Amino acid sequence: MSVAAASPAGRAAAELARWPGALKIGAAMLALIVLAGLAAPWLTPYDPLTQDLVNALQPPSARHPFGTDNFGRDVLTRVLYGIRIDLPMGFFMTYVPLIYGIVLGALAGYFGGWFDAVLMRILDVTVAFPFLVLIIVIVAILGPGVHNIYIAVFLTAWTMYARLARAEMLVERGKDYVLAARTLGFGPWRIVFRHVLPNIANSSIVFSMTDFVLTILLVSGLSFLGLGIAPPEPEWGTMVAEGRDFIFDAWWICTLPGLAIVVTGSALSLVGDGLAQRLGERRHALL
Amino acid sequence: MLLLDYILGRLAQMVPVIIGVSLIAFLAIHLVPGDPIQIMMHGRATPETLAAAHAKLGLDRPLLIQYGRFIGNAALGDLGTSIIQNAPVSGIVGEKLGPTVFLLVFSSILAIVIALPLSLLAARRVDRAADHAIRLVGIVGFAMPPFWVGILLMLFFGIYLDWFPISGFGKDFIDRLWHAVLPSATIALFLAPILIQSLRASMLDVLTADYIEVARAKGLGEWRILVKHVLRNALIPVVTVLAVNIGWLLSGAVVVEYLFSYPGLGSLLVRAVGYRDYPVIQGLSLVFAVLVIVVNLLADLSYMLIDRRVLTS
Repeated sequence: MSVAAASPAGRAAAELARWPGALKIGAAMLALIVLAGLAAPWLTPYDPLTQDLVNALQPPSARHPFGTDNFGRDVLTRVLYGIRIDLPMGFFMTYVPLIYGIVLGALAGYFGGWFDAVLMRILDVTVAFPFLVLIIVIVAILGPGVHNIYIAVFLTAWTMYARLARAEMLVERGKDYVLAARTLGFGPWRIVFRHVLPNIANSSIVFSMTDFVLTILLVSGLSFLGLGIAPPEPEWGTMVAEGRDFIFDAWWICTLPGLAIVVTGSALSLVGDGLAQRLGERRHALL
Repeated sequence: MLLLDYILGRLAQMVPVIIGVSLIAFLAIHLVPGDPIQIMMHGRATPETLAAAHAKLGLDRPLLIQYGRFIGNAALGDLGTSIIQNAPVSGIVGEKLGPTVFLLVFSSILAIVIALPLSLLAARRVDRAADHAIRLVGIVGFAMPPFWVGILLMLFFGIYLDWFPISGFGKDFIDRLWHAVLPSATIALFLAPILIQSLRASMLDVLTADYIEVARAKGLGEWRILVKHVLRNALIPVVTVLAVNIGWLLSGAVVVEYLFSYPGLGSLLVRAVGYRDYPVIQGLSLVFAVLVIVVNLLADLSYMLIDRRVLTS
């Protein structure tokens, strides 16, 4: 090992060199999107909500690269501010359920018994509903709004991770290192959390990138149906829904915010693809 | 007897799922914060109409008795009454079931037609340009929101080229097929990337298997190998992927039906949520779940027909 590789910067460079192309491109795209969202107020002179009716329905031009909508708001500005809504929602709705999903699935797989039986029945019932239908029914019960979408997703999204972690735990449980840890007298909690969890997290992390894409599609889809984030917020799905009334005269209002979803989702998917290669995991399309 | 045992075992597994699903559908109206009738009537219901509606829906009885009646009636095909439309829910939902199933079948066929040749091409040109291009198309395709793809298809094929209608259902079979082209294509484009991913993997397994080498060594033509061995073995993954993803297929259908004003279960659900028509929402959630359960059961039974080995495992 060379001297440079021992320093933190050298190790980072060595790790980066081993990244597959898809991971590099995806991570770079994602970093740019996050930066654009953070820097939105400095990237554009317009406000995402202020109406300017004199300049309504302007086609794309140098002053308004994505054109303006029916209220004269700059579409590019709204797309940039939309990053601040869709990306954090997708992130928290993916990674909060991931944490307790993995933990619940791992415990069920390790201990078995009544806890496992109950958890499996809950999983069976949850996957019997089409995901969007279940979310829509919960939102119908609680009423529309950001908080209730969070509740609906937190109630349901963990099941996929629990299923993955449980299946992996069943395999790991019989391996030598677990038996060795048990022989050394380690308690079950220590074995599950310190020894096995780090080994079974990879498949969930790879799947989480697919889930992240699906969650952004879910949030924007719910908003498109009028059950999610209400106008005038610059959420991408809401913008597509608003622009739908003007597709005959102003194609840019609904097509360009949709493109933002495609670009963001592709970046996340590329990261997932690359991570799967890097970690040597098979990529699950869906469960 | 193995066969009968398998089917009976499979049906027995469904019982707790059906109970859980019906419990969620039942609770949908009871978990509403506040009085569901007041919310449906936007707070304008007088005490008399409130009491009458409660009596009509049986909301004034003990919860356990209500659940017993709910599940008993549902088993007999009675899903209650829509207060807002003043009609039986089973009728309202029943007339939308046909169009949705029609849409699902049509879009699944379209997705297979798109995915089969592409995944075969990718598997035969592993790690070459065509394989990478198809993977990239899959990645981008997977990130495309169905409501947005639908709008693009509407704009181009519906308005610009004026080839297909952009809304409605149609009168006879051909007309219905005609009206379902754009919505089905939208769902198929969302499903095809998922199909391609699993089909490519399973075709790779087959293409590198020993018996293909043997077939080649025996001098069998490439075309014959493809049709007789590769496509035949791709059938199981197609069935699996479609069945596993039936929930996603239906989720996509909800959005697409709404977008194309297609009179199916999905657009009914969105409308029922808009009106807060809880009995319809209850009935629909039950029907959606039963659809998923039945499709998965049919898939399991069809593996058994394709490959008898599942019986012994």
